[in-house]
Amino acid sequence: MHKCFITLSTILLISGGVQAEVLRDDRQVEAIFAHPPQRIVSLLPSLTETVCALGQCQKLVGVDRYSNWPEGISKLPQMGGGIDPNIESVVATKPDLVLMGTSARGADRLTALGLKVLSLEPRSHADVQRVIATIAQALHVPRQESDRLWRQIDAAVNAAAQSIPPHAKGQSVYFEVSRAPYGASESSFIGETLRRLGARNILPASMGPFPKINPEFVVRTSPDIIMVGDSGVAEMATRPGWQNLPAIRTQRVCFFNAKESEVLARPGPRMDEAARLMAKCLIDKAKGKS
Amino acid sequence: MTHDTARISPLLTALILSVLCGLLIGLGSAVGSTGFESWRNAMQDNTAWQIVWEIRLPRSVGACAAGALLGLAGALAQGLFRNPLADPYLLGSAAGASLGVATSLALLGGSPFATEWMVRMGLTGAAFVGAVLAVVLTLVLARGVQHTLRLLLAGVIVGVVFSAMASLVALIRPEVQQAMQGFLLGSTSFVGWSACVLMLSVLAFSMLISYALSRVLDALTLGESTALSLGLPLLPARVALVSVLALATGTAVAQTGLVAFVGLAAPHLVRSWVKTRHHWIVVLSALMGGVLLSGADLLARMLLSPQELPVGVLTAVLGGGYLLWLMYRSQVARAA
Repeated sequence: MHKCFITLSTILLISGGVQAEVLRDDRQVEAIFAHPPQRIVSLLPSLTETVCALGQCQKLVGVDRYSNWPEGISKLPQMGGGIDPNIESVVATKPDLVLMGTSARGADRLTALGLKVLSLEPRSHADVQRVIATIAQALHVPRQESDRLWRQIDAAVNAAAQSIPPHAKGQSVYFEVSRAPYGASESSFIGETLRRLGARNILPASMGPFPKINPEFVVRTSPDIIMVGDSGVAEMATRPGWQNLPAIRTQRVCFFNAKESEVLARPGPRMDEAARLMAKCLIDKAKGKS
Repeated sequence: MTHDTARISPLLTALILSVLCGLLIGLGSAVGSTGFESWRNAMQDNTAWQIVWEIRLPRSVGACAAGALLGLAGALAQGLFRNPLADPYLLGSAAGASLGVATSLALLGGSPFATEWMVRMGLTGAAFVGAVLAVVLTLVLARGVQHTLRLLLAGVIVGVVFSAMASLVALIRPEVQQAMQGFLLGSTSFVGWSACVLMLSVLAFSMLISYALSRVLDALTLGESTALSLGLPLLPARVALVSVLALATGTAVAQTGLVAFVGLAAPHLVRSWVKTRHHWIVVLSALMGGVLLSGADLLARMLLSPQELPVGVLTAVLGGGYLLWLMYRSQVARAA
């Protein structure tokens, strides 16, 4: 009798007004959202940006120390980073939803402490679309809105691709993500954007998304254009053999500053901006133009 | 020679260290990113109660337990190998744990669907399995525990090879590097009550065996042949002590990551305070390790609050600084 009553009341609860959303995150953990969360902590910059792009920025009550876009969130309390989330301050803010990456530690600990955790890690264009949809569902944002957001981003990437004149297409590109050197291959998020922009990546997908490469490989393949964060500028030309690279000799190298590098490196709702940055580079440094 | 250098009796030292440990745990439950507030409000406010009881207290107790495990393991390693440079990570457990973590991170990141059992086991389990595997491999390579030098050499080789393999995994999947970094620096912030219970029971078990076998360690300080001539069961005792060493280290590393220096420094600090035999040294080293790590943990939370420092950095600075000072002082004393 008692059990019957509970089942009945659950049905009433679900049918009355708000529909409960059942979601599965990237750890394959299920979470039920009977009510839209009102206090959100996000511990991954791309997830923070996704929440804000869905117009739910006001619900954020805490972010990680690397989240810095949009401007407004700089006032929010910072709760450690991906590898060292500050469990205590997260719990102290009493969030009803914690968003974090799958490579972050502490998801289990936060779940054990009774918090609702969604672990999502966008790594590709398809992931960005999926993460937008998942977060929208968790926040009870209507499906049309999240679809529209994705269509806007997608269309803007296509527009960036169309802005590239034919002579600037098909250039070979080396995109350096860090000075070790690690490059972005065709299978990375950055590589996907480059492909849509009609560029040829010198690093094939078979190397994995962000392979550590032998500097000699770049000299041998001699890319038309090099893209790199500006922290690596001075060092690049001093690498053995690199000063004779055509791209470096003719200054077909794009340096991205710290802000731009962040836009490029985060698989989130600003991927259209990233596409525009790369498109601009491809156009400015195209061979026909000097 | 022993009685004129002894400054404090072992019993008194044990008392002082226990009181310090208790104090640090108490302080640890009061200090955190939200300050003393939570502590004062713990009775009324649910969240404050949760912060003190579910986060700060297990974490402080856990830091103490992990430090004690490492201190005990350090004392065992230095006694077993008759080498003051020996530390708990000597048999390759640290490198094994890093390889375990790197592998599980890489697999987790790669295909979330194929590795559900890995998720359930978690990084903690992977670290423990890696540490134990490395020690077993060391023992196989050294063909048993009889030859100290061979054991040491095998441990070093396994350590180098396993950490090279961990680097290789990190190279193939650079996205695990950040998480690896966190593990290598060590952190006590993810310790819950279940981890505390686990560490404390392993500690009690290890301590019991070490205490019972401390006579073997005493005899070993006189040299292997002397120990044998005393009629002690050297081989089984060594097997037992090496297993305890591996178990204690593996448990601590799995829960808190590679906390540097506690295992090396704790026995040295103990010996600089008291001159005594091994049955006290193992107990005191464990207590000292606990004090070191919970002290470092407390500072790690306080110094940059509300941010946190990695605790491993602080243990190295604290323990290392004190050891350097001790060395300097003893040199000065000898010169005078």
